[in-house]
Amino acid sequence: MKGRNPALIWVGAGLVAIALLALPFALAQAGTAWVRITNFAILYVLLALGLNIVVGFAGLLDLGYIAFYALGAYVYALLASPHFNLHLPFWLTLPFGALVACLFGVLLGAPTLKLRGDYLAIVTLGFGEIIRIFLNNLARPVNITNGPQGVSRIDPFRLGGFDFGKSETLFGLAFSAPIKYYYFLLAVMIVVIITTIRLQNSRIGRAWEAVREDETAARAMGIDTTSIKLLAFAIGASFGGLAGGMFSAIQGFISPESFVLVESIMVVSMVVLGGMGNVWGVILGAVLLSFAPEVLRYTVEPVQKSLFGRSLVEPEVIRMLLFGLAMVLIMRFRPAGLLPSAVRKRELAERKE
Amino acid sequence: MKHSKLALTLIAAAIGVIGCGEEKKPEPPKVEAPKPPPPPPSIEIKIGSVAPLTGGIAHLGKDNENGVRLAVDEANAAKIKIDGKDAKFVMMGEDDQADPKVGTTVAQKLVDAKVAGVVGHLNSGTSIPASSIYNGAGIPVISGSATNPKLTEQGFKVQFRVVGRDDQQGPAIASYLATNAKPRVVAVIDDATAYGEGLANEVEKTLTAAKIKVLPREKGTDKTTDWKAVLTKLKGKRPDAIFYGGMDATGGPLMKQGRELGIKAVFAFGDGACTDEMSKLAGDAAEGLLCSQAGIPVKAASQKFLDAYKKAFNVDPILYAPFTYDAANMLIDAMKRADSADPAKYLPELAKLSFTGATGKIEFDDKGDRKDAEMTIFTMKGGKIEPIAIIKGGNSMTVDEYLKMAAPAVPAEAPKPAAEPARDEAKK
Amino acid sequence: MDIFIQQLINGVTLGSVYAVVALGYTMVYGIIQLINFAHGEVVMIGAMVAFSVITALAPGGWPPLMVVAAGTIVAIPVCMAIGYGLERIAYRPLRNAPRLAPLISAIGMSIILQHLALLVWSRNFIAFPQIIKSEPYHIGGAIITNVQIAIIATSVAMMAGLALMVYRTRLGTAMRATAQNPQVAGLMGVDINRIIAVTFLIAAALAAVAGVMVGSYYGIAHYQMGSLLGLKAFSAAVLGGIGNLPGAMLGGVLLGVVEALGAGYIGDFTNNWFGSNYQDVFAFIVLIAVLVFRPTGLLGERVGDRT
Repeated sequence: MKGRNPALIWVGAGLVAIALLALPFALAQAGTAWVRITNFAILYVLLALGLNIVVGFAGLLDLGYIAFYALGAYVYALLASPHFNLHLPFWLTLPFGALVACLFGVLLGAPTLKLRGDYLAIVTLGFGEIIRIFLNNLARPVNITNGPQGVSRIDPFRLGGFDFGKSETLFGLAFSAPIKYYYFLLAVMIVVIITTIRLQNSRIGRAWEAVREDETAARAMGIDTTSIKLLAFAIGASFGGLAGGMFSAIQGFISPESFVLVESIMVVSMVVLGGMGNVWGVILGAVLLSFAPEVLRYTVEPVQKSLFGRSLVEPEVIRMLLFGLAMVLIMRFRPAGLLPSAVRKRELAERKE
Repeated sequence: MKHSKLALTLIAAAIGVIGCGEEKKPEPPKVEAPKPPPPPPSIEIKIGSVAPLTGGIAHLGKDNENGVRLAVDEANAAKIKIDGKDAKFVMMGEDDQADPKVGTTVAQKLVDAKVAGVVGHLNSGTSIPASSIYNGAGIPVISGSATNPKLTEQGFKVQFRVVGRDDQQGPAIASYLATNAKPRVVAVIDDATAYGEGLANEVEKTLTAAKIKVLPREKGTDKTTDWKAVLTKLKGKRPDAIFYGGMDATGGPLMKQGRELGIKAVFAFGDGACTDEMSKLAGDAAEGLLCSQAGIPVKAASQKFLDAYKKAFNVDPILYAPFTYDAANMLIDAMKRADSADPAKYLPELAKLSFTGATGKIEFDDKGDRKDAEMTIFTMKGGKIEPIAIIKGGNSMTVDEYLKMAAPAVPAEAPKPAAEPARDEAKK
Repeated sequence: MDIFIQQLINGVTLGSVYAVVALGYTMVYGIIQLINFAHGEVVMIGAMVAFSVITALAPGGWPPLMVVAAGTIVAIPVCMAIGYGLERIAYRPLRNAPRLAPLISAIGMSIILQHLALLVWSRNFIAFPQIIKSEPYHIGGAIITNVQIAIIATSVAMMAGLALMVYRTRLGTAMRATAQNPQVAGLMGVDINRIIAVTFLIAAALAAVAGVMVGSYYGIAHYQMGSLLGLKAFSAAVLGGIGNLPGAMLGGVLLGVVEALGAGYIGDFTNNWFGSNYQDVFAFIVLIAVLVFRPTGLLGERVGDRT
C-alpha cells in the first residue's frame, strides 16, 4: 500500500462507489430479476466472508455454516411476523439474530476444539443438520418454528414511514423493493468487508494465521488457542446470523428447506474457489457462484438454439453440468482459488519444488 | 506455469461469455418450433410455468410443465383470436429447483418478461414467497399442486389453485377411512415436508374428532427409504390403519417394508402417493392401499386428456399434469372471455370462471381456492389405482352414483385434438 | 423384547450397507487423506446400471439370483471406470494442492455425475423390478428376510476379502506402505500412482456392489440417491476412525443400529416430546459424543491433520 499514490486510490474508490450506486438501476433495465439476483449474491458474499473467518483465517473446516444463517433468519422471522404476533423493529431483531447465531457459534466451537481436520468437518456438518432438524420439528408439542410449514408474512424492514417492501418514486427514480434492499445490503456489506480486513491485519488476525499454520507452535508462542478459535467461530457465526435476518425480510417467508446441507457446501465452495483467506477472492467466489447459475439460466437455451437450431439437452441440465465443470476446472488450474491469499501462494510455491 | 496461463484464458473466456450473456438480456422469446408465416395482426401471449426441473422431485416438475405445454399447444392449434388478433401462446418454462430463493428469482424473471399469467409453482414452499411478487405485478397465478392452505390465505387477489387444499383432502381420506375401515387405533406418519406434515395434521384432526385413537406422530424425511425402524415400533402398538403423508417414492418402500414386517393394517395415503407407481415400488404389497386425489378421477373426466398427453410426450401423466393442464386452459379461457391478455382485464373473468376440465368442474371461491372441490378415493387393485368413491360436501358416493347425479357435463372447453407440433424439448 | 431384536436386525442390515460404502471412503482416505466426496455418486451409478441390466434380463425367465448377479457384474466395471476417471480428473492433478481443493473438485464431479445420470436414466424415481420374493424367517417374534441375510452376508464377505487383500498380498503391502508414507514407499519401488489408482478402483467396485444392494433391497433408485447415502457412510467411516478398515465396518453397523434404536425408542424415552423425527439428531449426537471423547474415532489412531 505504501508505494501507491493516495489520490489515485481515492479516485478509484470514488469510481467504484459510483458504479455500485448506479448498479441497481442499470440492472433494472435488464429486469428486476437481476437486482434480486444481485441481492442474493450480496447475502452470499456476507456468508462467504463469515465462513472465511473460520475456514480461511483460522483454518477450521466448517461444513455446517448455514445453521447460523438459519438461526439469524428464524430469530428475525419469529420476532417480526404474525406467527407470535410480534412486530419488533429490524434494528433490534437484526443484531439480536446475529447475537443468537454468535452464541451458537461458541456453543458449537466449544466441544470441537480438540478435533482436527476432517473430524471437525463431520461434527460441524452434524451440527448444521441438527439445527435444521430442530427447526423442522419444533412445531409440536409446542409450536415454536411452525415446522416445515415455515413462517410467512414476515415484516419487511421499516424505518418510520419508510418501508423497504414497497415501491416508490424518489427524486424521479423508481425505487422498487429489491433496489431499496440493495442499498441496505450494500451498506452492510461494506461494513462487514472493512471489519474483516481490519480483523485480518490485527493481533487477532495474526493469531488466527498462527493457529492455522501450526497450532502447537502457536500455543508455544503464548497464543490462547482455545479462545482464539472460539472467537473465529463466534464472529463467523454472527455474520451468518446477520445475513439470515436480512434474507428473512427480503423473502417474507422462510422454511427449513432453505437451510439444507447443500447450501453449506455452496458457501464452502465460494470460499475455496475464490481463494481462502483472501477477502477479495472470497467475494469474487461468492459473486461468481451465485451469478453463474442465473447467467446460465438466461444463456443456455438461446445459445443452444442458435448453435443447433433446437434444444438438444434440457437447459436446466446443461446449466448444472457446466456449473460442476467450472468447479472442477477452476480447482484444476487454480488450486488455491482464483485470487489466492499471499500465504497460500507461498505454500504452493514451496510444495512445487 | 503453462497451466495457469491456460486457466487465465479460460477464465477470461468465461467472463466473456458471462458478459455477453448479460448484454443479451432482453431475451429473445422462446421460439416454438418452425414459425408459420406471420399473418399481419398477431399477438404473442406468454404463459409462465414454474416447477422444479432439477433436484429430488424433478420428475413431478416435468410432469407439471408438460401439462401446461399441452394446453398451450392445443390453444395454438385451435387458432384462437384475442382482441381481433391471432393469439400465439408461448410457454416459458422455468426451473425453481424447489428452492424458495430460486422461486422468487424466477418469479421476478417471469414478471420482467411480462407474462400474461403463470401456472405454478409446484411446491407450497416456493409458491408462497413467489405469490407476493406476482401480486405486486398483478399477474394471475394458478397452482396445480401446492396444497398448503396458507397459499391462498395471504389475501392476494391474483393467487388461485385448482388442487384441493390439505384441509379439504385430509378430512376426506380420513373420514372415508374412519367409516369404511372402522379402525380403533391409527398411526400417522409424515415425511416432515410442508406437504406431508400439513396433510397428516389434517388427517389427525379429523380422526381425533371421530374419537379414533391416533398414535404419537412418526416422521421420516422426503428421502427416507428405510422405514423399518419406525414400522417396527408401530407394529408393537398394533394400529388398525396407517396413514402416510408423503410422496410415492417414499411411500412405496414404506408399504413394502410394512408388509415384510407382517403388519396387517390398512395403509392410506394422500395424493402424493396416489399413483400407479406405487405398485411398481411396493409390488404385491401395494394391493389394497387406500388413497385420495383432489378432483374427480381423470379417467372419468377426460380420457381425451390422457390420450393427448400420451401422444404428445410418449409417457403417462404422473401426478399433477391434469391440474396444471386445467390451470393453463383456465388462463386461456379467461383471456378469451375478456378478449384480452391484459392481466388487469382478464383477472375478473378468471375469478368468476366456471370451467370443466380434465379434473372435473372448477370454480374459485373468494380466496381463490377450488370451490366445493370433489375428492376421489382410490384403491390399489391388480397393480392399478381404481376410483372407489367420490366425496363431495362431506358425502361419500360411488363413482357410478356420482356420474348419475352430476348431469353428463359437456366440457365447456373440450380439449381439441392436438396437432402434432415439434416436440424436441419434451424428449429426454 | 422381540421388538428390540427386530430393531437390531433392521439396524444391522442398514448398517451393513453403510459399512460397504464406508469402506470405500476409508480406503481412499487411508491412502491419500482425501475425502472422496463423489463416492456416493459412484454408488448411485452402480444402482442405475444394475437397474438397466436387471430390467433387461428380468423377463428372460432366468433365476432371480442370476439376474441380480449379472447386474452386479456389469455394474462393477462401469463403476470402476468412473472411479478411475474421478481419480485422474479430480484428484491426481490436485495431489499437492491445498487440502480443500480436491474437496471442491469432487463436489463438482458429483454435480456432473448426477446430471449425466439424469440424462441417461431420467429424473424419475426408478422402481427396480421386484424379482426376488422376500421370504420371511422368524427368530423369536422378529422377522428377517432372505434379502436381509444376503445383504449382511455380502458385506461380511466383502470385508473379509478386503482384509485378506490388504494384509496378505503384495498389493496390500504396497497400499499400506503408501498410506504410511508415500515418499518412502516410492523410494522403496512402489509405483504410487498405480497404487492410488488401484485403491480407487477397489473402492468403486465396492460402491457398485453397495449400489446393487441398496437398489434391490429398497427397490428404488434415483439420480440423487448417492448424496445422502454417501453422507451417512462418510459419517460411519469417521465414527469408526477414518482410514481404518475394521473401523469403517464397525462404524457402519453402529450407525445403522443407532439410527434404528433412535427411531424406535426416542419417543418412548422422552414421553413423545421427541420422536422418530429426531433420529438423525440422535445419530449425530452419538457421533459427536464419540468424537469428543475419542477425537480420532473408535478405532482410529492416526491424527488426520493436514489442513
